[in-house]
Amino acid sequence: MLQVEHLSYDVLEEGKQSEILSDVSFNVEDGEMLVITGPNGGGKSTLAKLLMGINKASSGRILLNGEDITDYSIDERAKAGIGFAFQQPPRFKGMTVRRLLSLAAGRALDEKTCCGLLSSVGLCAMEYIDREVDSTLSGGEIKRIEIATVLAKQHKLCVFDEPEAGIDLWSFSMLIKRFEQIHKEKKESMILISHQERIIRMADRIMVISDGKVDSIGSAEEVMPKLFGQEMDSCECRRQKGGELYGT
Amino acid sequence: MELNKVTEDVLKVIDSYGFRQEGAYSLRLNGMAVCHGDSRHIRIVQKEDKPGIDIHISGETKGEQVHIPVIMSQEGVDIVYNDFYIEDGADVTIIAGCGIHGEGCSETRHDGIHSFHVGKNANVKYIENHYAEGDGTGSKVLNPVTKIFVGEDSVFTLETTQIRGVDSTERENYIELAENAKLFVTEKLMTDGNQTAVSNMDVELNGENSSAQIISRTVGKGTSRQVFHPKAVGNNLCHAHIQCDSIIMDQAEISSIPEIDAKHVDAQIVHEAAIGRINDEQLVKLRTFGMTEQEAESVIIESFLK
Repeated sequence: MLQVEHLSYDVLEEGKQSEILSDVSFNVEDGEMLVITGPNGGGKSTLAKLLMGINKASSGRILLNGEDITDYSIDERAKAGIGFAFQQPPRFKGMTVRRLLSLAAGRALDEKTCCGLLSSVGLCAMEYIDREVDSTLSGGEIKRIEIATVLAKQHKLCVFDEPEAGIDLWSFSMLIKRFEQIHKEKKESMILISHQERIIRMADRIMVISDGKVDSIGSAEEVMPKLFGQEMDSCECRRQKGGELYGT
Repeated sequence: MELNKVTEDVLKVIDSYGFRQEGAYSLRLNGMAVCHGDSRHIRIVQKEDKPGIDIHISGETKGEQVHIPVIMSQEGVDIVYNDFYIEDGADVTIIAGCGIHGEGCSETRHDGIHSFHVGKNANVKYIENHYAEGDGTGSKVLNPVTKIFVGEDSVFTLETTQIRGVDSTERENYIELAENAKLFVTEKLMTDGNQTAVSNMDVELNGENSSAQIISRTVGKGTSRQVFHPKAVGNNLCHAHIQCDSIIMDQAEISSIPEIDAKHVDAQIVHEAAIGRINDEQLVKLRTFGMTEQEAESVIIESFLK
């Protein structure tokens, strides 16, 4: 189980302390799927990076299966059992897809295992296995390989930051199936940051992050109506114009 | 002939294809040609006027390898002249390279002066590994000069690698391409400590439809210095692409000066050059696999130079 207690994150901007996340607390049970959604710039990706240790929290605590991992480095958190898929994954000149997947798995993967991983994210394995993870790959291809790196190993908790971004519809359906399968097996807890209704509907619980705070958290039945009902009046400008778009 | 352990060990590093005293080969040890062999299609002849060999590769050669390593385990200067004559239609892989095992306090230097005369419709792959080891304080120096003349419809692939140990290197490459000739160059180099490396490469695209792709990947560590100057001259309808990428670390200095020179309206020549430290995002990504920063750094460099 993941326990996040009173997590805050401040940055110094132009000599001024600015709060990006404020007093965020939540749990993720074993085998649970939590989908984090909310407006752009609300702090979702920052929260994901705090969980992985990429950014260090200003205050608060993070516990994984009772172990306090707040002061752990990125690699210590990985060893403790957290997997992370980046929203915008980096490219590696000279590194093949097979090598990257093997590094992710922590062991040399045979061709069959690599092919299985690539197929599960909608990539034709034989075309990609010996290709370099460099700028010759499209945004969608690199994104799917990124997800495959997280699937290459069993984790206690997997964090996916906008896994759907840049992925075509066909591959998206395959990805949904893969997430459903992981969810059904209940072996790994999952946090998915997403704006996609299909992903949001898969969640055991939904957490809405807005302005760096937990706006709401609850089951899909509780949060979905509120979420989509709020959509039209979430913007101050729209509210003032009675929900109409600019120029109309 | 029986080789000692130092020679065997250095050979393993500089000849990744595996050196064997069979087929076409020539081993030069401390300035002396110590053994050589011919094959049915490849003949190696000792020069009479100066140190070095002439390698005659017949047009009937198909998929054969020639191994011509040089090892220096004693101090001194060795200058050698090797000339390759490759007939029309030959398909050959030439594995060269020099390894220095330096235990002394004075300079150990090898200057390999090579020329390649490639006929028509030939396919030549030339692999050159440079390496030095040993606790001696004397500098370990390699200054290769390579001239390549690629005939019509031929393909020449040059892979040159220097990963460690060489204190100073100055490389001079000159390449001429005839009609429809293709050149692929991959240069990989890493310097550390106070090592220096200078690499100059001039490619003359003389023939119609000739093409050249030059990729240089380097890593500079410590207080080492590197200077690269690849130059492509388009004298006809041709295509050339120069790409120089370097990772800079510690207090190293890297200078990359790609030069493109079009002397024909249909010459298309592109260059790209980038120098930068190891990408933080790459480091973070590998650390999410459970690697320490140092482990991640090693993996990135190893892949970059692979």
